[in-house]
Amino acid sequence: MKNGFEAAIVGIAAFIALMGAAFSRDALFQAHAWVLFFVLVVSTILLVRRVKFVSDGDSATDDTSGYMDGVVRYGVIATIFWGLAGFLVGVLIASQMAWPVLNIEPWFNFGRLRPLHTSAVIFAFGGNALIATSFYVVQRTSSARLFGGNLAWFVFWGYQLFIVMAATGYLLGITQSKEYAEPEWYVDIWLTIVWVAYLVVFAGTLVKRKEPHIYVANWFYLSFIITVAMLHLVNNAAIPVSFLGVKSYSLFSGVQDALTQWWYGHNAVGFFLTAGFLGMMYYFVPKQVNRPVYSYRLSIVHFWGLIFLYIWAGPHHLHYTALPDWAQTLGMVFSIMLWMPSWGGMINGLMTLSGAWDKLRTDPIVRMMVISIAFYGMSTFEGPVMSIKSVNALSHYTDWTIGHVHSGALGWNGMVSFAAIYYLVPKLWNRERLYSLRLVNWHVWLATLGIVVYASVMWVAGITQGLMWREYDDQGFLVNSFVETVSAIHILYVMRTFGGLLYLSGALLMAYNVYRTIRGDIRKEAPMGAPAALSPAE
Amino acid sequence: MDYSTLRNLADSWGLLYLFLVFVGVVLFTFRPGSRKQAEKNANIPLKEDKQDVR
Amino acid sequence: MSILEKHGAIERNLSLLFVFSLIVVLIGGLIEIVPLFYLKNTIEKVEGMRPYTPLELAGRNIYVREGCYTCHSQMIRPFRDEVERYGHYSLAAESMYDHPFQWGSKRTGPDLARVGGRYSDDWHVDHLKNPQSVVPESIMPSYSFLAATKLNTSDIKDHLKANRLVGVPYSDDMIDNAVADMQAQADPDSDDVDAMQSRYANAASRYFDGNKAELTEMDALVAYMQMLGTLVDFSLYNAEDNLR
Repeated sequence: MKNGFEAAIVGIAAFIALMGAAFSRDALFQAHAWVLFFVLVVSTILLVRRVKFVSDGDSATDDTSGYMDGVVRYGVIATIFWGLAGFLVGVLIASQMAWPVLNIEPWFNFGRLRPLHTSAVIFAFGGNALIATSFYVVQRTSSARLFGGNLAWFVFWGYQLFIVMAATGYLLGITQSKEYAEPEWYVDIWLTIVWVAYLVVFAGTLVKRKEPHIYVANWFYLSFIITVAMLHLVNNAAIPVSFLGVKSYSLFSGVQDALTQWWYGHNAVGFFLTAGFLGMMYYFVPKQVNRPVYSYRLSIVHFWGLIFLYIWAGPHHLHYTALPDWAQTLGMVFSIMLWMPSWGGMINGLMTLSGAWDKLRTDPIVRMMVISIAFYGMSTFEGPVMSIKSVNALSHYTDWTIGHVHSGALGWNGMVSFAAIYYLVPKLWNRERLYSLRLVNWHVWLATLGIVVYASVMWVAGITQGLMWREYDDQGFLVNSFVETVSAIHILYVMRTFGGLLYLSGALLMAYNVYRTIRGDIRKEAPMGAPAALSPAE
Repeated sequence: MDYSTLRNLADSWGLLYLFLVFVGVVLFTFRPGSRKQAEKNANIPLKEDKQDVR
Repeated sequence: MSILEKHGAIERNLSLLFVFSLIVVLIGGLIEIVPLFYLKNTIEKVEGMRPYTPLELAGRNIYVREGCYTCHSQMIRPFRDEVERYGHYSLAAESMYDHPFQWGSKRTGPDLARVGGRYSDDWHVDHLKNPQSVVPESIMPSYSFLAATKLNTSDIKDHLKANRLVGVPYSDDMIDNAVADMQAQADPDSDDVDAMQSRYANAASRYFDGNKAELTEMDALVAYMQMLGTLVDFSLYNAEDNLR
């Protein structure tokens, strides 16, 4: 039996989960242990029966290069699956804010679904995209097969288990309320184990590389893995009430806890959503346009500048709070300085296309990459502006922040991941090309329109809220009650839902396109761009 | 060492130090001698995908 | 090896790249976070702060569980409009026993840092059961199940002990009487109310959910909301003492 050992381990783990349910100290832990038990029993059966979820493409030519691509194929599928799930929950909670009747207590109330949405898009969609692409890129740029054999599979399935436990926990009401770090202590411990295995696979592959130089994309991936480990360990430091209960109390309190959380929270943006995805940019953009990166030396300065400055920016989430002023000022100054490496990277990515700008017309994947980098530039400009204390006084606590986050997450992270998926799928399944490039083009414009609607509507909503909250009449009284500021933006919440729907429908087109590509279908269609006769003179 | 000494240090020598480090990093990275190596490194992803790595 | 080749070494040597990256990402966090634990003016000197009563702590855990922080902040900034709308700006000392903090980052609904005492218990119960019945334009979800869910009192002692491990000054006395204190606070006719109030200054004892028969999660949540921001007496607080 091929998976005998693995099946035995998972089976034993299922038994331990059952014991956890039996001896639990509280009802939530019991419910969560049942979830874990069920997942592990199903996994054991699947392992014993050796079920494959994803076809290997033409198995005759599979992995002839010696690269370990099976885990990358699964990663690409998981990225798409969790992306759709995360976007769908996003549309749902956007609708709840427009029509509160859509809340179904207790499991599907906004307060429990919101962490489900943020974690699904950041950690499930983004995390799978990062793990899959980093495994692909590190093998290609090192000329080496992944280190550690089946350890890469452990990383993949272990990470999916983390996602399932976190997501089901949110619905049950298991959360430590630290934004983007909501899972409770036992799920945190599991993620730590998976993350160390990830570091071992990634760094081990770099150690056995045949290329003397470590390509810069791998620096970004490596710094992302190291820094997320550090942030995760410190911010989740807590004392559990019982080893058979869900609840734990953070080691820090009040002002220290707040800064630790936003040091974590901002660098989840800085390293998970920026450094890791820049690793993607530095590999897939040169590959897609078939030109080396504009300036390799600029990428070195970009790397050190970015990782040094980002770590300081956290306090800008706590302007005018009870955090000491000196820390707020440091956070603001470093956030503004961060504009420089961010735009250095943006220019580096965009200028990689210099001399190949015609590809913008003929290749919708390049178009997607350029839009992605443009949104990176816009949101890394908007971010420093919002970190200025006087701007933040207006923007903080409002939907402006939500709009800003989504222009980065949907525009930069989403689009660069979609582009990487479109690049990878034909390569991984040995297809001549994607099923349809026209569908890619539809995806580009649906997604772009969705983001533009979303970001601009939230910008208006945020400024409306900020101004209405501080509006005085000529007698010196506050003009608006709080609830008046809620009903004033109802229509904007409706429009925001529409923007999210556009983005989701683009992602559905991608899922269909990828499905047909994997099946080996090719759509007969006219090629993109103008006919050859109209191409510019050399 | 209290708050205001640290603040004064950060505003003067600390600022100068970080600025000089930055200038140093840029000058070092963009020194003429590194151009050839950088061009070589930049082409790493563009090498043929399907090499036999076993 | 000349200085000019040093960065080349980092580019080729994985452990050097690893160590340098780690050092570079450690600096900012160390300089910003560590002093908060040592600079004594980080947290003001105030009168009145006490640990949460067992019932308030249970209520706070429900507040966390339901993700209230995703829409409500508990941090009033020192601006004229916020101080007039919500009350005195929040002090660091007011969240010194909060593991974790609940400052929040978004105001889809109003700030709750000083909601304590602003509305009656009945209002809170009605509002939590059906927010639109008291605020028609509200977009808050309903939490009527709280009134029907019995509060779990069995492990409250362990919760106080865990809090003591992370630095909240719960005394042995408080831990031993945790269950009794919890029940007394939601039962003003109980004989244990005085003992509870001797341990937790100014803790109110009422039938918070209006239901005398049962101790529910609604009792705990309303008890928590009704004490938010009420501990510090601002007629005695002098900001000049804490200038930084």
